Amino acid sequence: MSNNIVAILYLISALLFILALRGLSHPESSRLGNIFGIVGMLIAIITTLMFKSVLSYFEIGAAILAGGAIGTFIALRIEMTALPQLVAAFHSLVGIAAVFVAGAAFYDPASFNIGEFGSIGKSSLIEMSIGTFIGAITFSGSVLAFGKLQGTVSGKPIVFKFQHFLNSIIFLFIIFLIAIFVFNQSPTVFWSIVLISILLGFLVVIPIGGADMPVVVSMLNSYSGWAACGIGFTLSNNLLIITGALVGSSGAILSYIMSKGMNRSIISVVLGGFGGEQTNISSNDNSDKIIKQGNAEDAAYILKNADSVIIVPGYGMAVAQAQHSLREMGDILKKNGISVKYAIHPVAGRMPGHMNVLLAEANVPYEEVLELEEINHDFPITEVSFVIGANDVTNPAAKTDEQSPIYGMPILDVEKSQTVLFVKRSMATGYSGVDNELFYRDNTTMLFGDAKKMCENIVKSLN
Amino acid sequence: MEAHTSEIFVIGLTVFFLACIIGYYVVWSVTPALHSPLMGVTNAISSVIIVGAILAAGPLDNDISKIFGLIGVFLASINIFGGFIVTYRMLSMFKKKSKQNNQD
Repeated sequence: MSNNIVAILYLISALLFILALRGLSHPESSRLGNIFGIVGMLIAIITTLMFKSVLSYFEIGAAILAGGAIGTFIALRIEMTALPQLVAAFHSLVGIAAVFVAGAAFYDPASFNIGEFGSIGKSSLIEMSIGTFIGAITFSGSVLAFGKLQGTVSGKPIVFKFQHFLNSIIFLFIIFLIAIFVFNQSPTVFWSIVLISILLGFLVVIPIGGADMPVVVSMLNSYSGWAACGIGFTLSNNLLIITGALVGSSGAILSYIMSKGMNRSIISVVLGGFGGEQTNISSNDNSDKIIKQGNAEDAAYILKNADSVIIVPGYGMAVAQAQHSLREMGDILKKNGISVKYAIHPVAGRMPGHMNVLLAEANVPYEEVLELEEINHDFPITEVSFVIGANDVTNPAAKTDEQSPIYGMPILDVEKSQTVLFVKRSMATGYSGVDNELFYRDNTTMLFGDAKKMCENIVKSLN
Repeated sequence: MEAHTSEIFVIGLTVFFLACIIGYYVVWSVTPALHSPLMGVTNAISSVIIVGAILAAGPLDNDISKIFGLIGVFLASINIFGGFIVTYRMLSMFKKKSKQNNQD
């Protein structure tokens, strides 16, 4: 095939990738979008296999089949509640694959038309080391994020003295190594860049935890894109550059949306430490305040006599796998002529859009699931807010208490509804470590227990 | 030679910035409800680095870069299949109201 035909086929594949993202503007068009993405990838792979230099079809086919089988197996088996971990794990693969491709280009530059081993052009070397650097950071950062989300590593942010200073020194050292690498093209320096970047990836994610995880996952998504870009520049391949840029900006925008959802700058999230050591910052001590506690029958009674209910799910619902019994509860209420809607806070869950997927899994129609701006004005005209597994995103202190760490964060105005039902395991604070004054209000009833059991019991009482 | 490589780099840079702008507008038009599938799909397509891995694994001679290439092909394939399938699973769950009522 001539270079021009290859370039055109790669262009088609890039356009299909753009359409794949474009399809996600609406659930109806999204499935077609996914197919565009698959076709784009097929075109890219087949085109590359047609290259004159590509001859070892057997080995490549075996690698694709082996990887494909594992990927298919994992993707079919994964629980929707575990999506954030899965995405983090996948990001780490993109990162490490980028390192391997850069390594291959370093040892055999002739295959990529960038020179001979030991005499690669300087610009190619710079691009190669940047791709390696970002890829390695993505790899180790995602591995740690995976561990935190999976629970194998403590999800709490780990902060120590001179942390950021240390990170900056390491970063400068990597730049220094890249400069050396460009001049001597030594394999030792190349692998030093890889190892130290891996170390930096761990150090960058260590101080971030808890409610900041959606930002981390989005950020790593972005990094995996920039890594692909770096490799694209090394190989002078426009398809890789375009795709990497699309993914990179996608992750960056998601990070921005997530940090805005918490009223925090991306910088402060990256610096980390949020919600780790703070215990009860609230100026007034709530220990002697009275809470109203109820059981499933009380909740069923309140819900049955309402005419409008807004359900506010949070990460606690995901942990308890309560989405199915929650939907069942919603269905019974709807059959009784009660209006039921779901309100989603941008940072609910552990990755962007996590709650929407879980509710969709439980067969909640997407028209009933509304975003913060769409539904917030409905709370004053709603009788019952049913908060299940969410806490910080409903805390009115975000509006009133300037001392609070969550001050300024947009919240769902559940306090404005007539009655608030809180399904919680205990009185423990949310990830921010801030007490929620809503618990002590007259119109709030606390329903202590496992979210799933509570929903099941409410369903029983409703019947 | 030097002029030639810098030319290629500038073309790459042009493509890069234009693609960033396209990405910016396309991603802002994604509905927030589908942000998880967006991550799934971006994950799958970022594995297009398989292109580089295939080129490295292509030649018949068995050297270290071929091994790296094959590992790259293997890892990227996990991601491609996994990413698209998990996205498909997520998207097939987003149903309309009318459909759901028919099922009940």
